[in-house]
Amino acid sequence: MKKTLKLSTALVLGSLAVTTAAQAADSITVVSWGGAYTGSQRGAYSDPFTAKTGITVLDEDKSGNGLAGMRAQAEAGNGTWDVVDILEGGALTACDEGLVEEIDYNNDLDKGADGSMPLDDFVDGSLSGCFVPTIVYATLFAYNNTAFSGDVPKTIADVFDLKKFPGKRALEKIPGANLEWALVADGVPYDEVYDVLDTPEGVDRAFAKLDTIKDSVVWWDAGAQPPQLLADGEVTIASAYNGRIFNAQVVENQPFTIIWDGQMFELDGWVIPKNAPNKKAAMDYLRFSTTTQALADQAKYISYGPARKSSAPLISTHISTGVDMNPHMPTNPENFKTPIKKDAGFWADNGDDLSERFNAWLAQ
Amino acid sequence: MSISVEANKGELAPEEQKRLKADLHRSLRRNKIRASMLVAPLVIFIIVTFVAPIGNMLYRSVDDPLVSDFMPQTTAALEGWDEQQLPDEAIYAALAQDIIEGRKAKTIGKAAKRLNYEKSGMRSLIMGTSRKHKKIQAPYKESLVDIKKGWGDLDNWKVIKRLGASVTASYYINAFDMETSPEGEVSFVDPKEQIYLKLFWRTIWMSMLITGMTVLLGYPVSYLLASLPMKTANVLMILVLLPFWTSLLVRTSSWIAMLQAQGILNDLLVWFGIIADEARIQMIYNAIGTVVAMTHILLPFMILPLYSVMKTVPPSYLRAARSLGATPWTAFWQVYLPQTVPGISAGAILVFILSIGYYITPALVGGQSGQFIGNLIAYHMQGSLNWGLAAALGVMLLVLVLGIYGVYNRVVGTNSVKLG
Amino acid sequence: MANPASSEAYVRFDGVQKSYDGVNLVVKDLNVDIPRGEFLTMLGPSGSGKTTSLMMLAGFETATHGDIFLNGRSINNVAPHKRGIGMVFQNYALFPHMTVAENLAFPLQVRKMSRADVEEKVQRALDMVELGEFGNRRPAQLSGGQQQRVAVARALVFEPDLVLMDEPLGALDKNLREQMQYEIKHIHERLGVTVVYVTHDQSEALTMSNRVAVFEDGRIQQLAPPVELYEKPENAFVAQFIGENNKLTGKVDALADGICEVVLDSGDRVKALDVNTDGAGMATTLSLRPERVFLNPTEGQCQNMFSGKAEEVIYLGDHIRVRMNVCGHNDFIVKVPNSSDKKGLAEGDTIPVGWSIDDCRALDA
Repeated sequence: MKKTLKLSTALVLGSLAVTTAAQAADSITVVSWGGAYTGSQRGAYSDPFTAKTGITVLDEDKSGNGLAGMRAQAEAGNGTWDVVDILEGGALTACDEGLVEEIDYNNDLDKGADGSMPLDDFVDGSLSGCFVPTIVYATLFAYNNTAFSGDVPKTIADVFDLKKFPGKRALEKIPGANLEWALVADGVPYDEVYDVLDTPEGVDRAFAKLDTIKDSVVWWDAGAQPPQLLADGEVTIASAYNGRIFNAQVVENQPFTIIWDGQMFELDGWVIPKNAPNKKAAMDYLRFSTTTQALADQAKYISYGPARKSSAPLISTHISTGVDMNPHMPTNPENFKTPIKKDAGFWADNGDDLSERFNAWLAQ
Repeated sequence: MSISVEANKGELAPEEQKRLKADLHRSLRRNKIRASMLVAPLVIFIIVTFVAPIGNMLYRSVDDPLVSDFMPQTTAALEGWDEQQLPDEAIYAALAQDIIEGRKAKTIGKAAKRLNYEKSGMRSLIMGTSRKHKKIQAPYKESLVDIKKGWGDLDNWKVIKRLGASVTASYYINAFDMETSPEGEVSFVDPKEQIYLKLFWRTIWMSMLITGMTVLLGYPVSYLLASLPMKTANVLMILVLLPFWTSLLVRTSSWIAMLQAQGILNDLLVWFGIIADEARIQMIYNAIGTVVAMTHILLPFMILPLYSVMKTVPPSYLRAARSLGATPWTAFWQVYLPQTVPGISAGAILVFILSIGYYITPALVGGQSGQFIGNLIAYHMQGSLNWGLAAALGVMLLVLVLGIYGVYNRVVGTNSVKLG
Repeated sequence: MANPASSEAYVRFDGVQKSYDGVNLVVKDLNVDIPRGEFLTMLGPSGSGKTTSLMMLAGFETATHGDIFLNGRSINNVAPHKRGIGMVFQNYALFPHMTVAENLAFPLQVRKMSRADVEEKVQRALDMVELGEFGNRRPAQLSGGQQQRVAVARALVFEPDLVLMDEPLGALDKNLREQMQYEIKHIHERLGVTVVYVTHDQSEALTMSNRVAVFEDGRIQQLAPPVELYEKPENAFVAQFIGENNKLTGKVDALADGICEVVLDSGDRVKALDVNTDGAGMATTLSLRPERVFLNPTEGQCQNMFSGKAEEVIYLGDHIRVRMNVCGHNDFIVKVPNSSDKKGLAEGDTIPVGWSIDDCRALDA
């Protein structure tokens, strides 16, 4: 009697396992940012992946709350996400909290097209344990050409100069990038920004500089807003993600110009949640979507730089307009003269405090 | 005896009464069971979707197990520590154990994150140490301080000890714009960092303003609807309800197009020469934008109860007042308006309570001066992931709403609230 | 007692017409003079224009054509609250959020009377309707009859010269209605105000009024004191509408000295008073009150004599109601007083019936 019970239980469980496994092969859920960005991933990664493996890729546009979502799924013990697109900072936190899988980079990822090992091929220091970067993107300033006749803003200091370049500014409603830029505008050398910001005096200094333009700022919190604000003439200069500005310039023919000075670049890429339901397929997708060619292909769709050095020579033209993508890449040497790398570690440590200070400052 | 029999005329003897009560009970039981089965789905639904989440929120606002769960040896060892000077070697050893084990189990990050809410830099202190776990060796005190000099800072240890308790008031302290000093004293934070109380206050007064606006705008509309023939009123009612069927984002975007500096309204004002082109009025991305957009969105919640109450006020009251010598204004003010107060009450409560918890619209059109407390709660839910603080703020909002409702009930009386 | 004979009209409708839609007239050419102190009732079925006429007088509807005069002055362009007319509404329209006393004080306060005056007048009005103790109650706490009295008191408390009442007793049960009829009648007699009263209940109209205006189809069919209205209806509608009536249809055969001879549809010939016929050869309706028909009349008592068959006999206590077949009409009603010399009339009996010329009126077809 007991034996039969055990046997039948095993059978039931076994068949359940088989069904899940069978389902696992059908589809995976990939979480990303939506819009043109998910579109670029679809074109470069997901559609070819489905063509090769027969596994359907389901998109969910939840990366905006990616970390919160993974934490909630971990608490509930019930994962539905297989691959999640996340910023480097979020990936660090998720890794520290054990929400995501550790990656064995040299085994889990393919070698570069030039034969280089993954650990050497990706952006230096970006393979931090759980995170696989796919793109380098920049938050930077752009202006509407119609707003200024004669002199045009060229530096971060110009952005903060309301006298010389009048008009409203659009800034993202987070402390990140804004504080760094404020310090740069106040004369802090690019490579000392985080050292200064790590001191209470530095934070005060950054907020004091922001105070000088506070009354002229329109705050945005969705990536689609700044190009719209620029196009409407609501603001003359806006901070924005470089891909959004590229899209407005090239696809929508807007008269925008990017100020590459002081571009804040950061990495964005994949993590695999600990309780991903289709882990094997997820790992296959991870490998497939981070090859030299896949990353270079993504740049056909959107002007974000590939996170693999070996992809750079393969960057070609925009898929619909045929524009050469190289001059639009934040990683193009012409554009990469005075960048600031967003310090994910600094923000992981100080983000809570600075966000509170920033919110209080906004509410004043 | 005979007297008592007289007095109890019509009543049954005690044993008869007992039997009757039992019979009555039995005959009613069936109905009771049936009735409770009918409401059971709703009760279960409410428990699952309402009571449980609120209970969970209350719990989370004081529950603080991360440090004690994931640094168990350190918190146990710190219990006897006097906080006067740096801990002894045994406690450092416990910390080393916790970090090494927590690193393996991938749990030390959670404790680090929690500690970082309380004191910036704790995260990098712990995670930095954990990354260099290979260097940790006896004597631990020396080794740990060598890896990260923060381990030689008395204040860091005090924070760990304080958060070692699994129940905390720290989220509430934080939510009241206060902080606990390393010495354990609670005081208000620097004025330039105060935010929550300010936002609570702003949320309340702006919600009141929005409620007032919906009354002012909704009352004439409802009156018109109530006094028109049914057929016309139904058509107009569709117009009133139209905003309900439009996506919130679409409505909000339309307001942006209307109110922004280069928007329709400003263009008109400039065109008519009322304002100069350089002096366009900022009507969006600030408190004005929030008030305008939310008044529009919440207007139906005022109009519907007002309309249904006004429908029940017969026109003969106004006629009676007029025939008694009242001017149209007096008739309205003294006779009509008082009878629609229940509708105003119902609408005002609906609008106020809805608006006090709003956050999407303020986020889109509120700029910096039009933010509500809901925006900060959402931020802590999704952005900073400080769910304990979000829960504490949520509980405060809940208590605030209940408190306002209580005062309102005292002043106006809930039995004067009528939805029609 | 007021003096209905006062020659000067206090209220005058002069050629008043009312149309809501520009197509149909609800009130067609209304002309009435109401002397000061009169109790005039507008009686008629619903839709006959009586309430509209009242509302025009109150100022809640405007006349499409014609003038309404109050005390010699045209009030067409006077706002309702400046007319100084008291009004009792169908459902009383007592303000539910005010106490009884506050309701009564309302018309006084809007007239900016001193507080002492207000209190005194309110108390007097409450005493008048015997509700002296009820000043602090809310209308909802009163019975229907009490509410009705409050409504009357409120319409009178500011001492208007004219009071309008729009079916004020419609919501009360029968007993209370009758009692209130007397109360209102007595208040009217005591105060001497002019009252224009609208109802569709004829007994109410007959009980209370000095004169009754019977409305039908937007016109006044007859305007007369109750006695005249019942005894001498001028057309078939009034005869049928007021009281119980036997209607016999036929053609006028001959006319002489105010008396006409009518050939009924059954071929029987009836002599009747020529009140409102179109001449010999034209159709007419005869009106005959059931209590004016005699059973077994003595020879010579009645000019009109026929034989009738009792179809149905109903015992009603004070009288016996007999439905008979007379002259081809089987809905011919006869009311027989329940006198001590009971004649044992049974269903199916055939007996002689008769009536006099004076009780039988030949009216329009």
